[in-house]
Amino acid sequence: MKTNKSITTLLATIAFTFISASSSAVTPQEQGLAISKEAKKRDLGWVDSSADMLMLLRNKQGQESIREIKIKSLEIDNDGDKSLTIFNKPRDVKGTAFLSFSHPVGADDQWLYLPALKRVKRISSRNKSGPFMGSEYAFEDLSSFEIEKYTYKYLGEEKLNGLNSFMVEQIPVDENSGYTRRIVWLDDQEYRIQKIDFYDRKNSLLKTLTYVDYKQYLNKYWRANSMQMINHQNGKSTELKWENYAFKSGLKESDFNRNSLKRVR
Amino acid sequence: MQVKKLLKGLTVTSLLIPSLLSKSLQANEFELSGKIAVEQRQFFKSNEYEGQFKRSQASIFIEPELYWNWNDGSDSLTFKPFYRLDEHDDERSHGDIREFSYIHASDDWELRAGIRKEFWGVTEFQHLVDVINQTDSVEDIDGEDKLGQLMLNLSLVRDWGIIDLYVLPGFRERTFGDEKSRLRAPIVIDNDNIEYESSAEEQHVDLVARWSHSLGDIDFGTYWFHGTNRDPIISPSQQGEEIVLQQYYSQMDQFGLDIQMIVDDWLWKFETIYRDTKFENFWATQSGFEYSFIGVFDSAIDVGLLMEYSWDSRGEGNVNEAGANFQNDVFLGSRLAFNDMQSSEVLVGFSSDLDHNAVSFLVEANRRIGENFKASLDIRLFQSTNPIDQLYSLKNDDHAQLTIEWYY
Repeated sequence: MKTNKSITTLLATIAFTFISASSSAVTPQEQGLAISKEAKKRDLGWVDSSADMLMLLRNKQGQESIREIKIKSLEIDNDGDKSLTIFNKPRDVKGTAFLSFSHPVGADDQWLYLPALKRVKRISSRNKSGPFMGSEYAFEDLSSFEIEKYTYKYLGEEKLNGLNSFMVEQIPVDENSGYTRRIVWLDDQEYRIQKIDFYDRKNSLLKTLTYVDYKQYLNKYWRANSMQMINHQNGKSTELKWENYAFKSGLKESDFNRNSLKRVR
Repeated sequence: MQVKKLLKGLTVTSLLIPSLLSKSLQANEFELSGKIAVEQRQFFKSNEYEGQFKRSQASIFIEPELYWNWNDGSDSLTFKPFYRLDEHDDERSHGDIREFSYIHASDDWELRAGIRKEFWGVTEFQHLVDVINQTDSVEDIDGEDKLGQLMLNLSLVRDWGIIDLYVLPGFRERTFGDEKSRLRAPIVIDNDNIEYESSAEEQHVDLVARWSHSLGDIDFGTYWFHGTNRDPIISPSQQGEEIVLQQYYSQMDQFGLDIQMIVDDWLWKFETIYRDTKFENFWATQSGFEYSFIGVFDSAIDVGLLMEYSWDSRGEGNVNEAGANFQNDVFLGSRLAFNDMQSSEVLVGFSSDLDHNAVSFLVEANRRIGENFKASLDIRLFQSTNPIDQLYSLKNDDHAQLTIEWYY
């Protein structure tokens, strides 16, 4: 197992040495795409997942506000994931739930359940750039990563957190994105995202997202326990802390429909 | 083999009820949440009708929610009582069980039994197709507060949509304020001596079937309702010395359809009903759109523009016939979502009856305070010069309302 892995790593290293050596054959675009595809490939097959997310919002003055959220996701073959987001805190939005069917190309299908009115509202998914729950995360920062959502460019290598990392520029295909580009650092061992720089519509640095404390699940899937988003322009930050990750726990399509949206806690 | 299976099935069924009970006692998960609120209404003008309180109205309300679930959430029980205590209005001081229901969820079906609330519809200014629950109109005049309804609801999930079948045993009468209340008609509506078309009166069992589905960017739902009309016919009646307005509930058959379509930043909305009663049958529609500007002026603020139009085949009322309240009315509104830490929101709305002079204006603003409090400010202004219009009786009832809610 371990030998296998190191052989793969060795082969990958050789491959990339080869790629960078014969750079005339492979364009930075192709290389950026290849790295992103590899990262996506390594994260396929988790079937379903659930996790508890704690959001810590901090403003410039250091005031804090908490969001407590549960997220359930289902991997769909040849399409984007289905996900259900359930709010527990702040208390006034407790029971509010959000159902999303994401698609690699085109708009996602999204419904919001408002428990006070018992109302299920279909909502427009064009609002990608808006803040999620008043945090520094935009809706698009929390949606599933799909290859088709960006075009790519390999920018080089850099040492980050003591790890050799690839730098890949990702340019959103969707014109409703709040970003002109993102620069993503992935470590060359496990292809885990270490850091993302977000550039706003005027192409100036807006936010930096740092992934901390990775843990491996089912011997394959890496998830960061903590994700820190800093907004350089307004001085606010939002930290995400993940707990109780579970994979392949038997979630079904029936856990992701309008009925379950109204019932879920 | 088959006999064995059948026996097994029977055993499971016979074990189900006691095990349900015992399991609910040793539930996997129990949650207590809810809210307590204080509310202050301030009317800008003194009372118009005799007996009404003058200007200021304070009240408090409590709405706890107890929730149990077991079997990994596939069985759950919810209990949500509500009680409001009002300074003046004895009818507004009232309690209700908003919810006391059991849900069993299976892969492609769900059974919901008990007192519940069900909302249907897509528009914002009038809720035409929403028919299951009676309006708790002493709470507010927007018709969004509802009384709990006893029901048995089987929900079937299919590839071609969700089918909901309802049996509704028992009917709830609409709540109306007493003589002291404001936001009422010149004559008080009698909450006793209510009459029904059905000899079963409030024991009539209503039936509903609804089909709802999503197809691409379109969501729709359609239903047939057979049972007691939630809207009472109100007519003057002599009660001893006094003249009061008496409530009469007819039987009705109602077809309803609601459609919402997303086209880029536009949400197109349409609701229609056809109602057939002993006295009248009519069509009514509510249609319009909501357009969203995301992040205006490089800020995090979203601005939504709303426009809706109401039409009703009964037309405008006159001396002989009551007509419809919303028969040729236009609604304009704007919703501001600040997307800040406190989730601040403001809704401004304006409505006008195009057949005669009657306009109303509303502002609803709310934001979170700290982690567990929420403050809401509502302002409503009414203007009408036509005695036939419903707003006419409220023309002196312009008011502001401040509510502080504590969530736990």
